[in-house]
Amino acid sequence: MSTEKTFKLDGKSIPFQDGDTIMDAALRAGEYIPHLCHNPEFAPHGSCRVCIVDVNGRHMSACTLPAAEGLEVDNSSERIMEQRRNILQMLFVEGNHVCPGCEKSGACQLQAVAYYTRMLSPHYTHFFPKRSVDASHPDIAIDFNRCILCELCVRASRDVDKKNVFSITGRGLESRLVINSASGKLGNSALSASDKAVSVCPVGAILPKHVGYDQPIGDRLYDNKPISVVGDVASANNQQENAND
Amino acid sequence: MSSETITSQLETADNPKDLERIVINPLTRVEGHGKVTLLQDENLNIKQARLHISEFRGFEKFIQGRPYWELPVLVQRLCGICPVSHHLAAAKATDMIVGATELTATAEKIRRLMHFGQTLQSHALHFFHLCSPDLLFGFDDDVRHRNIIGVIEDSPEIAKQGVLLRKYGQEVIRITSGKRIHGTGAIPGGVNKNVSKKEIDYLKQDIEQMISWSQDAVDLIKRIFFEHYDYHMSFGTIDSNMLSLIAEDGAFDIYHGGLRAKDDKGNVIFDHVDYTRYGDYIKEGVKNWSYMKFPFITSLGQDDGWYRVGPLARVNNCDFFTTPMAEKERQEFIATGKGLPIQSTLAFHWARLIEVLHCAEAIKELLNDSDISGTELLNRGELQSTGIGVIEAPRGTLFHHYEINDDGIVEKANLIVSTTNNNQAMNESIRKVASQYLDGNKLSEALLNQVEVAVRAYDPCLSCATHAIGKMPLQINLINANDELIDRLEKRVTGEISRTV
Repeated sequence: MSTEKTFKLDGKSIPFQDGDTIMDAALRAGEYIPHLCHNPEFAPHGSCRVCIVDVNGRHMSACTLPAAEGLEVDNSSERIMEQRRNILQMLFVEGNHVCPGCEKSGACQLQAVAYYTRMLSPHYTHFFPKRSVDASHPDIAIDFNRCILCELCVRASRDVDKKNVFSITGRGLESRLVINSASGKLGNSALSASDKAVSVCPVGAILPKHVGYDQPIGDRLYDNKPISVVGDVASANNQQENAND
Repeated sequence: MSSETITSQLETADNPKDLERIVINPLTRVEGHGKVTLLQDENLNIKQARLHISEFRGFEKFIQGRPYWELPVLVQRLCGICPVSHHLAAAKATDMIVGATELTATAEKIRRLMHFGQTLQSHALHFFHLCSPDLLFGFDDDVRHRNIIGVIEDSPEIAKQGVLLRKYGQEVIRITSGKRIHGTGAIPGGVNKNVSKKEIDYLKQDIEQMISWSQDAVDLIKRIFFEHYDYHMSFGTIDSNMLSLIAEDGAFDIYHGGLRAKDDKGNVIFDHVDYTRYGDYIKEGVKNWSYMKFPFITSLGQDDGWYRVGPLARVNNCDFFTTPMAEKERQEFIATGKGLPIQSTLAFHWARLIEVLHCAEAIKELLNDSDISGTELLNRGELQSTGIGVIEAPRGTLFHHYEINDDGIVEKANLIVSTTNNNQAMNESIRKVASQYLDGNKLSEALLNQVEVAVRAYDPCLSCATHAIGKMPLQINLINANDELIDRLEKRVTGEISRTV
């Protein structure tokens, strides 16, 4: 008799190990749960709420909820998808996400998750916040218009690069990404193009300078297959780096 | 310029308050939103005629602060009909910024292919969808029939050819830029893809048919033109200077070259001017009644220096076409002028269709050129702070000028789009039509359509012509749910802002 521990995700048995979250176990089993702030290389964060699932009648973030036997997890009902769409729509209107002109279009996790959840419009009134582009670094530009405050760059710079280049300041709607340098500009920071913090950005906020649109339409990350099949931007970047090595 | 004296008098009436105002709004079968206002006195004489653009964009302002490498993709959103023009003009400007003084053969030929595809589709759209109803059925045909549906009903073969010519051009764009509208093919210093053998074979399937239909279209417009020769030669005809790009050897070239301007008699005003020095030769005037600027040749001044751009200017200005069928047609066109440039406004259509034929022939040449499957796509050099790109868009000469800072961020932008170049000329043409056909008459729909026919001949794209911000006069009306005006802010040419309600 098997001693494997399992929970149910959309009726399927998902095996898990002690210490796993719902997200860990689901991804290992090849089941996609939409997410933005989650990256398996970093500790769970639970801030974007896009991975919301219904667990025995309660709505929880899959990336932070420990897996447990007997859980019944709804990952795909219209009710859950609608909540995710609402969260994504709020993300779209809080920043300035202009997909038609964005060089990350077709390879952006925010856009890909929005397509996956069948989001058709931003629905809410746009905030149109006044944000700038910091291109003071010779190799890297940061477009604050597109930042979704996932804190992946914060975590990567702190935990992997050991540089603490990024941080979030302010509260609630005033929250924003800031740069740890004397001038507050990227150019004076310790960031370098090979830093982990540069490759983990799921959207078009942190970008290499002087290039863009170099992938033809049709060859971009999410042009041909959905994110549930392709996976995250960061893992694609990892694969690219390994291939280059 | 003799006709200028007559027509310019109709720009501003002496006593506008005593006159009846007739408005053609919106102008139909043109790109974007515009209107014409006419003022008529009690004897039905036309005292004032103006073409207005009734929309506002602001691209020059909101691209400030953006990275330069975004420009080709961002700025093409000015338009959905000929976005490739803005895409390529911005790409040429960013080539200069990244120090790519020369493109690889593959990159340049793919960009040319893209541009021929778009000129083909844009011209086909304009002639068949927007203008053929006037030309086939007459300007006074029943308005319910005088449209593309009427063409489909009465001349299904012509309509089909128009739709399929346009489709073919769109396919060329898709293959070279990734999408039929708003692709990403041209990037600073080159292109992001080549054309595969499979894609070449796909496009080759129909190219002979496209050349044949293009020749049929030229034959059709010639038949229409010569059936009513005197009328076509005089309708809305104004004597104007003409401006276009020209290849080094004098050949017709819509992708690259120097600036050539000729006066109304065909004498050269300037020739093979390096377009990065356009500011030394062309200035933009502002009038307090229009959102659109009025460019003119500096040496001639604003009153005499206005000019026409687009197919009529290009075919009149060039020495020859590099493709045989278009060249044969050009010779017949030029011969009609008997030694002088053809100034007929309706000859725009004739010149436009000769260009369609040239595009189809040139696409065929490029599909047989192995360079378009090459793998060297990009050239880069040292970063520059100024980028100027000029191209011949379907509607005429298009200028993009950007200044960037040390970080690569756009600080300043100036776009002079084709339709803006034709602003004064379009106004002159409607005034001519107003004095020729409307003056002294009670105005009917058919008569007012004549004004629209004159505007349509230029194929204006009114949406991209109102891109500017800064010196342009602007009025913002606040209207409540009962359609009552409750507040109005006005910005004057001087920059002064006032509340007028």
